[in-house]
Amino acid sequence: MRPADLAAEAFAGLVARPARVLLTVLGTVIGIGALVATLGLSKTAGSQIVGHFDELSATDVVVSPSARAGGAGAAVLPWDAEARLRRLNGVAAAGTLADVDVRGALVRSVPINDPLAAGAVQLPMKAASPGAFRAVHAELAAGRLFDEGHSRRADRVLVLGPNAARRLGITRVDQQPAVFVGDRLYAVIGMLSAVSRQASLLGAAIMPEGTARREFGLRAPALAQVETRLGAVDLIVRQAPVALSPGDPGLLKVAAPPDPRELRGEVRNDLDALFLLLGGVSLLVGAIGIANVTLVSVLERVGEIGLRRALGAARRHIAAQFLLESAAMGLAGGIVGASAGTLVIVGVSASRTWTPVLDPWVPLGAPVVGALIGLLSGTYPSLRAAWLEPVEALRSGT
Amino acid sequence: MRHLTPHPDADVAPGAPSHDGRRLVADDAPPEVPAVALQGLGRVFGADPPVVALRGVDLVLERGTSLAILGPSGSGKSTLLNVLGCLDRQTCGTYRLDGIDVGGLSDGERAVLRAQRIGFVFQTFNLLAHRPVIENVMLAEVYRGTARDGRHERALRALERVGMTHRAGFLPTRLSGGEQQRVAIARALLGDPTIMLCDEPTGNLDSVNTRSVLALFDELGALGLTVVIVTHEDEVAAHAARRVRIIDGELSEDGA
Ligand SMILES: Nc1ncnc2c1ncn2[C@@H]1O[C@H](COP(=O)(O)OP(=O)(O)OP(=O)(O)O)[C@@H](O)[C@H]1O
Ligand SMILES: [Mg+2]
Repeated sequence: MRPADLAAEAFAGLVARPARVLLTVLGTVIGIGALVATLGLSKTAGSQIVGHFDELSATDVVVSPSARAGGAGAAVLPWDAEARLRRLNGVAAAGTLADVDVRGALVRSVPINDPLAAGAVQLPMKAASPGAFRAVHAELAAGRLFDEGHSRRADRVLVLGPNAARRLGITRVDQQPAVFVGDRLYAVIGMLSAVSRQASLLGAAIMPEGTARREFGLRAPALAQVETRLGAVDLIVRQAPVALSPGDPGLLKVAAPPDPRELRGEVRNDLDALFLLLGGVSLLVGAIGIANVTLVSVLERVGEIGLRRALGAARRHIAAQFLLESAAMGLAGGIVGASAGTLVIVGVSASRTWTPVLDPWVPLGAPVVGALIGLLSGTYPSLRAAWLEPVEALRSGT
Repeated sequence: MRHLTPHPDADVAPGAPSHDGRRLVADDAPPEVPAVALQGLGRVFGADPPVVALRGVDLVLERGTSLAILGPSGSGKSTLLNVLGCLDRQTCGTYRLDGIDVGGLSDGERAVLRAQRIGFVFQTFNLLAHRPVIENVMLAEVYRGTARDGRHERALRALERVGMTHRAGFLPTRLSGGEQQRVAIARALLGDPTIMLCDEPTGNLDSVNTRSVLALFDELGALGLTVVIVTHEDEVAAHAARRVRIIDGELSEDGA
């Protein structure tokens, strides 16, 4: 039997009873439509939130050595981490930070500058790559930041966090203030007023990485702070460890904000579950409907089955025809249901001025699901049709 | 298409075209091989108690002859026809169609035989009510696997042979009983089967329609078609070249 003939016979079998087919397909249409609309609407609603979500935390990625690598102190991050990260598409700013072990050295301001200044204080000392300031949204109160040149030459320069400056009694930098770190003199070239990330910088004195390497034997950056572009977090979370430690990305751990869609998703989950359940139930009802109608149709068409057997149909031809008829009903239900569901998504989005978002596999997969349901529902009736004895079947007439 | 090999006993020779140039017998069976050969054929239904519907039936049907099977109700006529049509299996004996031993074939192979070598005409016409006449006739080729090209034309020619071309686009429900049976005969004719099996073909027809259908059988018989007609009416049987009678499952040549 030719496939075209099989298709034509199945099609003819369906159009012979159009009203019944339409009613049968309705169950699948409703089921598939509800599923598509639910999946699409939750996706659409979830995507809207990204825009309103706190942009700062939605773009914050921190890479540091993993526990396997030995934790915070391990020398895993390369010195050129900043350059490597900035090459990644989706990185808006990046820089590295480290705590500098000054071996107990105290910091004191040079008295010439301000006779009223406090004595020696113990200040947390940090090393930063030049890009780190942008990555933490550092705001400059006075002076300037250090750059690549300072680091390369290992210049003894410092940028002070606002709290550190206050403790040292330094309020302005236009007169080139200097401080002693232990017995070494450092020029203060800038003061920060605020940072949005890495708040520990507020109380620290920050020197270029190159200086920390030469003066205090810093072995490696302790962490890399990344600011991603909006929506690129997932991408950077995947790519950053590979870019920084190609040999063994597992040596690095990545701290990233939770997916805002998931956050909001939890809120919506109850509603979604209800609709998915509803869709599933209508789909089940649809499947039972197809099974029922196909069975009725088989019983009604016993004579036709007998005739087809007499004309030379083998059992498998009979089974194939009824299977194809039920699968076609499921497919039609899937197509119409997916279209209806998509229209619902677009309609709801329009009324709320949302941008409709739908995974492409939802509308594409829906007809496949429909066809599978039809196929499954048609299995038992088709086998019954195929196992009719031709003589018995013929006796019942058409 | 025909992948069934004839029985080794069969003497394979080129197919015989009929006198009007149309192929009326299977192309792979030589004219010397009878269309149908039954030997000691029996059919028993059930076991508790067994119903013997056919016993020891011997019958050789040459190509181009028409045979009427007569007999009272319940004598086994339909049973014999179903076995001849490969719709039912005998419980003993052998049946050769075109020299092929049908008894040893699988269900699928018998379906192929039905598609290619057997045409059926039923008492109840068995036309699909929702399909136009022409499609009902074309259905005969669907399970034969013939090309779809030209099927419409072949079906039209079959309708022409029964004088029904003017009703090609009608639904069967709009035809008279006699017209419906002519369409059913056209369907059975499509593809020139080895035998055409008719179970009470005039059983549902009034006398006028019966006469027109019988006239059609006469025409087809004159063209050399091999036809088996089951009937219990002597008037119908009289149109056949040869008559046999079944009583209680036993077949005998009709002496009358
Ligand atoms: N499937 C079956 N199971 C059991 N017995 C059967 C079956 N089919 C037929 N028979 C029996 O076999 C016998 C012959 O039946 P068949 O139908 O061949 O008769 P028939 O000659 O065609 O009769 P009618 O003229 O009434 O059509 C009957 O006694 C019938 O009861
Ligand atoms: Mg009968």
